[in-house]
Amino acid sequence: MITVENLVKEFGTKRAVNGVSFEVKPGEVLGFLGPNGAGKSTTMRIITGFMPATSGRVTVGGHDIVDNPLAAKRLMGYLPESAPSYSDMTVHGFLNWAAEMRGLSGAARKDAIRRVTGLCFLENVLHQSVDTLSKGYRHRTCLAQALIHDPEILILDEPTDGLDPNQKFEVRQLIRRMGEKKIIIFSTHILEEVEACCTRAIIIDRGAVVANGTPAQLKAKSELAGSVTVRVHGVGVDAVRSKLAQLGVAGKVSAQSEGNSVSARIQPRERGQGADLASAVADVVAKEGWRFDELHTEEGRLDDVFRAITKPDTAKAAA
Amino acid sequence: MGDSLVRTEQLTAMNEGFRNVWTISKRELGGYFNSPVAYVFIVIFLLLTGFFTFSLGFYHERGQASLAEPFFSWHPWLYLFLVPSVGMRLWAEERRSGTLELLLTMPIAPWQAIVGKFLASWLFLAIALALTFPVVLTTAYLGDPDNGAIISGYVGSLLLAGAYLGVTELMSAITRNQIIAFIISVVVCFLLLLCGWEPVTQFLVNHVPEGLVSLVKGMSTWHHFGTFQKGLIDLRDVVYFGSVIGFSLFTTSVVLRGVRGA
Ligand SMILES: Nc1ncnc2c1ncn2[C@@H]1O[C@H](COP(=O)(O)OP(=O)(O)OP(=O)(O)O)[C@@H](O)[C@H]1O
Ligand SMILES: [Mg+2]
Repeated sequence: MITVENLVKEFGTKRAVNGVSFEVKPGEVLGFLGPNGAGKSTTMRIITGFMPATSGRVTVGGHDIVDNPLAAKRLMGYLPESAPSYSDMTVHGFLNWAAEMRGLSGAARKDAIRRVTGLCFLENVLHQSVDTLSKGYRHRTCLAQALIHDPEILILDEPTDGLDPNQKFEVRQLIRRMGEKKIIIFSTHILEEVEACCTRAIIIDRGAVVANGTPAQLKAKSELAGSVTVRVHGVGVDAVRSKLAQLGVAGKVSAQSEGNSVSARIQPRERGQGADLASAVADVVAKEGWRFDELHTEEGRLDDVFRAITKPDTAKAAA
Repeated sequence: MGDSLVRTEQLTAMNEGFRNVWTISKRELGGYFNSPVAYVFIVIFLLLTGFFTFSLGFYHERGQASLAEPFFSWHPWLYLFLVPSVGMRLWAEERRSGTLELLLTMPIAPWQAIVGKFLASWLFLAIALALTFPVVLTTAYLGDPDNGAIISGYVGSLLLAGAYLGVTELMSAITRNQIIAFIISVVVCFLLLLCGWEPVTQFLVNHVPEGLVSLVKGMSTWHHFGTFQKGLIDLRDVVYFGSVIGFSLFTTSVVLRGVRGA
């Protein structure tokens, strides 16, 4: 269990984190989203005990990170944003060092190294010096370090940054699998990743939490959520628009022609009517005898939600 | 019963502390010997000690095989550049490469990392110093050396290196640039050395109150190292070097806390 209460971090006069509070329970995978400079990494640095907060409190597994840092740090594995590692060591040497720092020795250490080498696909580079590794391999080496003691809690700052698509997929799988028993907090700029692995997501903007919920809940905040899209053939745009607008449950209807087909988007009159709206639209299509090749209800898109609730930098600068 | 349980717990914590210090030291030492820098350093160190001792030290002309003067008297000047070059990377490199974040989120106390790094570099310097032993053997062969002075000279030299190293570790924590750490360390060590050097104290005697002169002199590595050269191991000098080391390492911990906070 991680609790974060009213976290504030100031760098000089600048507030990087401004009153962040949340909780994470075992079995939860929490995605951390937010524009560049929102304060994601800073929050993670405070949780892992690297930086003290200006005010506020963090407890990790019941241990206060300030009063009892060692007990709290023992529970966590941490992948910092820049995925640092000692460039003068080999991958094996580095993992061995990390294992020793975590108090592993003898056979347990060997096993741990073997396990993380497998998890992070490092077999081929195990005896290569870290500074000759490619960026993705360096990233995986640092990730392996975070997993070495099989921690209950993982704090991963952009774990898939710089990985190739196959490795991204593997790491997401890994996060999802480990997330069943552990607590995982990870930050990312890839929104599909949130849908793929998170049980919950938090969006941070300018140091404050602006949204907190399951990916589905967040998506439902989208303007588009619940609207129905239909594409029909051999009919005029105006006919489609007027027929659909007559529906009782329909709100705004927009339609445009694409070649010889017409694509229409119907928004519900009230939110949360998605299912009714879709069947009503289907009835119209059937009654009019339109040929159609697409009919679906929008779930909403995370990137729309993200854009809507985090103001882009330009707006910030103007404000 | 409960008492012994508490004691066992303390012992375990202490063991763990030593183990952490050792883990840090081992990595640091490995860092020295994995790169050619270590070997280059040792070769330069040996060449310079040899050069200073045998040519500038007028070793042969003295006609007496006293090590103390020609061999050890150059150490404060040699160390001025060599010790900072060994210690400059200790924290600056961790800060530059971001591994500081990794190190300080490990379940260890910061002092363990500070001491571990210090010991590794000190051990490295000790190894370099030990390799000067052929010089001592030469003396033994050529004449009738004062064994006491040799031993105290080595002890003093090692403590002197430790004091410079402490200063360097502190300066290395202040910046993420090794070169800057090197330059500031050289300057600070030079000041520590200079304030007890004869010409400087002579100058001071004429210009400032006597109490101040002896205070300044008392802070000088030159002054305290001198006793060892004469073949004496004085507790006060040992305490002096110990305090310089202790103070530097403590201040390093304060600086590191600041680095993380800001
Ligand atoms: N050590 C520091 N000193 C001064 N300012 C800092 C420091 N670290 C972070 N900041 C500032 O704090 C703010 C938050 O930075 P942070 O790295 O937490 O953002 P982030 O959400 O991780 O962004 P990104 O998506 O780019 O990784 C930024 O404006 C940054 O400039
Ligand atoms: Mg970041």
